[in-house]
Order: sequence, then C-alpha cells, then structure tokens
Amino acid sequence: MRYFRDVGALARKDLLLELRARDTLPAMVLFVAAVFVVFHFALPESPSRLETVGLLWVAILFTALLGLGRAFVPEREQRTLDGLVLAPCDRSAIWLAKSLATFAFLAAAEVVALPLYAIFFHRVGGATIAAVVLADIGICAVGTFLGAMAVATRARDLLLPLLFLPLAIPIVVGAVGASVVDSPGRYLGFLALYDALFAVVCWASFEYVVAE
Amino acid sequence: MSAPAATIGAVGRTSRIPLPALAATSLVLVTTAIVFVFFVAPTDANQGFSQRIFYFHVSIAITAYACFAGAAWQAFRLLWKRDPLADLKSYVCVHQGVIFGTLVLITGSIWAKISWGRWWLWSSDQLVLFLVLFLFYCAYFMLRFSLDPGPQRANLSAVYALFGVVLIPVSFAAIRLAKDIIHPVVFTLHGPNFGGWILVTYCISQVAMLVLAYTLYRVELAGKQLDGRIRELREVLA
Amino acid sequence: MLVARRLGKRFGEKRVLRGIDLDLATGGFLVVTGPNGSGKTTLLRICAGLAQPTEGTIERAVSRGAIGYLGHEPLVYRELTALENLELYGRLYRIAERRERIGMLLERFGLWEVRHERVASYSRGMTQRLALCRVLLHDPELLVLDEPYNALDEAGAELLDAQLAELRGERTFLLATHEPARLAPFASGRLALAA
Repeated sequence: MRYFRDVGALARKDLLLELRARDTLPAMVLFVAAVFVVFHFALPESPSRLETVGLLWVAILFTALLGLGRAFVPEREQRTLDGLVLAPCDRSAIWLAKSLATFAFLAAAEVVALPLYAIFFHRVGGATIAAVVLADIGICAVGTFLGAMAVATRARDLLLPLLFLPLAIPIVVGAVGASVVDSPGRYLGFLALYDALFAVVCWASFEYVVAE
Repeated sequence: MSAPAATIGAVGRTSRIPLPALAATSLVLVTTAIVFVFFVAPTDANQGFSQRIFYFHVSIAITAYACFAGAAWQAFRLLWKRDPLADLKSYVCVHQGVIFGTLVLITGSIWAKISWGRWWLWSSDQLVLFLVLFLFYCAYFMLRFSLDPGPQRANLSAVYALFGVVLIPVSFAAIRLAKDIIHPVVFTLHGPNFGGWILVTYCISQVAMLVLAYTLYRVELAGKQLDGRIRELREVLA
Repeated sequence: MLVARRLGKRFGEKRVLRGIDLDLATGGFLVVTGPNGSGKTTLLRICAGLAQPTEGTIERAVSRGAIGYLGHEPLVYRELTALENLELYGRLYRIAERRERIGMLLERFGLWEVRHERVASYSRGMTQRLALCRVLLHDPELLVLDEPYNALDEAGAELLDAQLAELRGERTFLLATHEPARLAPFASGRLALAA
C-alpha cells in the first residue's frame, strides 16, 4: 500500500539521518547508564525489587525524552517539515515514520540498559520485557506526536517534558505493574489498550499539528 | 467587517440567555447551596462537620469534568467544522476547568486535613486524578502562550484538549490499577450514603456549581470577544 | 488556476497581508514584487498551501501533489546526499521512472558529479540548484518560487533562465523577486505589494 511505502521512505530517512549524525543514540545509552549509577547513590542499601523497578521505568522515560527531544530537530532547523507537508502523502505518515524510527533508537538503548540494570540491580523477567515493548510503543507514539507540537512553539525543548509526562503516567503504571505483580496480564492488557487508543488519536489528528 | 457591539451582553451572541439574568441565577443558587450544605443537610455520624465540604468537593469535580468535556467538544468543532469561535470557547472551557480543578484539589486537601490530619492523600483516586489533570491542563496554557495567535495555535490547542479528554478515563483506570502495586493505605474519601436531605443538598450544590461555571464561562468569553473586537477596530483606524 | 479574494494574514498583532486579490490563469506567469517585509513570502506560502489566510479566500484548481514550492530554505536534508534527498522526494511524490528523472535533473543542473556527497558540503549556489531539482522533480503544474535567483551563482541563474524559458506557457508560475527586470520577458502579469 502506498501509505506504508511512504512511511517506509520517511522512516528510512530518519534512520539514515541518525546513522550519519551519530549523536542521539550514544547520548541515550550513556545517559541511562549514568542514571543507574546515580540511582545507586540515591537508593538505600540493597533496594527492594519494587523500588528499583520503579526507578528503571523512570530512567527509561527520561532516556526516551532525551531521544524524543531530538526527533524533529532536522525538520525544525532546516525547515524541511515544509517539504514533507507539501508532499501528497498522508501527513500522518510523517508521524508514524518518526515514531518507528524513535522506537528503533529507544529499543537499541534498552538493549544496553536492561542488561545493565540486571547486572546492577535485579534480574529482568519476561513480563518486564513485554512491558518494555508495549510501553515503548506508547512512549514513541505519543512522544513523537507531542514532539512535533513542541517544535512548532517558541519554548520547544522546555515544553516537551511538560506535555509528555502527564500522558506518560498511565504508561508508568502499566509498566511497573507488569514488572512487579505475579499475574501481569492485566497491566500488559492496559498498556496495549493505551497504545491502541492513543495511536488512533495521534494518527487521526497529526494532520492538524503540521498543517495550518 | 462586522459592526462593533454596543453592550457586553450582545457581544456574545452565543446563547439566548442574557448574562445579567444568568449571573443573578447563579448567585441565588450558590447562596441556596451554601445554606443547604451548612444548615439543612444532616451531620454525618462518622466525620461530623468536616464532611460538609464534600458536597462542594464532588459537585466542583463534576463541574470540572464538564468543563474539560466542553473544551474537547469545542476543539472537535474547531477541527471538524472550522468554526472560528470554537477556539476561544475551547480555551475558556479549559480555563474554567482548571479553576474548578484547583478548587477540587483545595477542597479535597482541606477535607483530608480535617478528617485525617494530612494535607494530601495518595489513596484518593479523585484527588490524584485531578492532580494529573491539573498538570496536563497547565501544560495546555504553556503550549498556548508559547505560540503566536493564529490557526496553528488554535489547531494545536484543540488537539491537546482532545488528548485531555481521552486521558481522563485512561488515567482513572491507571490510578485504580496502581492501587494494587502500592499497598493501599487506610485513609480514603468516602461518599455519604445518599438519601433524603443529603441527596437534595447534593443536587442543589451540583446545579449551583454548573450554573456558576457556565456564568463565568459566558463572562470570560464575552470579555475575550470584546478584546478581539477592540483589536479589530484599532486596526481599522490605524 | 489560482484565485484569491481579499486575502489577509495576521501573525498575532502584526498584519502582514491585507486585502490581496490575485488571479492566476493556467499557463500564466505572475511576478510578485515589493520591498522587504511586504509579505511576498507569506503570500507565496499561502498560495502553495503551507499557510492559511486569516481573512479572505483562496481557491486552487490543482491538487497538492501538482504544486512545486521553492522557499527561502532549500528544504533538503543537509546530512543526506543529493541523491538520497531526491530519492526521498521521488518516493513521496510517487514519480514514475524515478532514477532516470533524478539523474536527468542532476545532470542538467550540474550536480551529477557530487550526487554522492552530503548537502552540508555544498556551496550555497549548489544547494539552491539542488532545491530547484527538488521543485522540478515531480513536474508540477503550478510552480511557486520565492526569490529563486537569490542564492544562485551566475551559472545557476543561467540554468534557471533556460528552465523558465522551456516551461513558460506549459506550466503556471508564481514568482517573487527583487529583480523584476530579469523576469520581464516571461511575465504575463505583475503584482506589487506595499510594505
């Protein structure tokens, strides 16, 4: 389908840009490692599983924010968003492609972060991995959308965390719950519901974010 | 080029109810509500006098939800029907919602202090939800003030207001789910058992709050429209 | 092809355009002139569909995919090569025989040799020539060009002259410029904006 070919072309562009610039992904990996070290000094001796899981998700959230803040930088600085908006493709393809690319970067950072977490703190179970995948989808879908909004304003980098964090609270609840509770099904289901609901809202309304 | 309006009441043209009558009605209703809450409703056996604040707390909360829903409706009308007035209406609704939301937090906090000796209760779903919404809609204002007036600001505000209305049930579900992770604390906000004068008092205070909100909404809307007209006139003269 | 009535655009308190009427017939060549700050760029952005007017109406007889817009920014990604940039736009505009067309345009504007180098390494004139390739890539029916000669060197300007001469009459043009004399042989109409 043409729509997915457009998404593919745009996502390819985003991945290429990051490969050339090589700044966002290394920063995210370094950031999450540094945050873990800070956790060690901020937490009591031998913290419980619940405490460290909570902080794992805080770390993931802020690492994601780091990456999301950079997502639309090329479009903003070089005004290339105009070029994409003029194209006859559905504007939501821009959002979807950017989300997919950001998801790839976030997942790449987590490939390093999760083993690090397991080494520093506690073992990571299958439910946590599932939660990571589902939470990432929600974070990237909503975060990319809000990133496009923030980029259009004067406040830019200041605004993205303010817009994003209230919407990220349900993700944190679902993710922490799935990581900690014995039967994570309910929380994973909630995460999936969040993803589906907000993905639809983002997909339907991105048109209004980029076009006047 | 539309002619400037002569009176504040006429500027709105958003509804047939004249503003002075509306203001008088809300004054009467709010006074009645206060009388009923403090003198007519029976004293609660467990919580005593402090429980009375609950009538306002709940009715203000429902009113805040109504404001946010109204904002989302106007946002939808802006994006769908391209109604130019809808942006202003949506903004005013959010503004009223935040005002009433702040009152929810304040009344809830007072109630918690009087009843349980603490200024904040994480175990109260309603309070936590309103805290999240408060953060969300404060960011709405930051977003709006970070943009120049124009179609883009209207569009982004509208989209954000729609996100808000989706967030309300999702957040509520999340907060309920969170209870199972964190051990629930004993303190909770309990509603009174409805019946008789309690129900009557609640209904009066609910209607009073809704009418008050609508009055404030009309006043602010009219004021903003007047500002717009004055700006237009200044430009014509310039 | 393009009809605008009483077009106005306001940014916050600042009124940039007021009461503009515009009639551009198919095959026409309209030149927009005016001092800096008179709203040429804003007008062209509205005509290209990038901005909405705050007053007045505008009607376009072409779909979005048939419009080519050249603004003050070249709208190309600096970290990508010329080829990658045009490949992206080629895919988004669903161009048939993409490779051939890209090659033809790069060659015509003298960028074939540097097609595998990042745009960041180009000179300003080369970047502008690449921007022209981007605009012409999908063979648009309506070309909206905002001061295209600005960033071009002499060789590039001659290439643009040749291109305009070739397409004059077959495509519709809306140009903003500081040098109306250069476009005098092409122009079918003039619109002067006041500050």
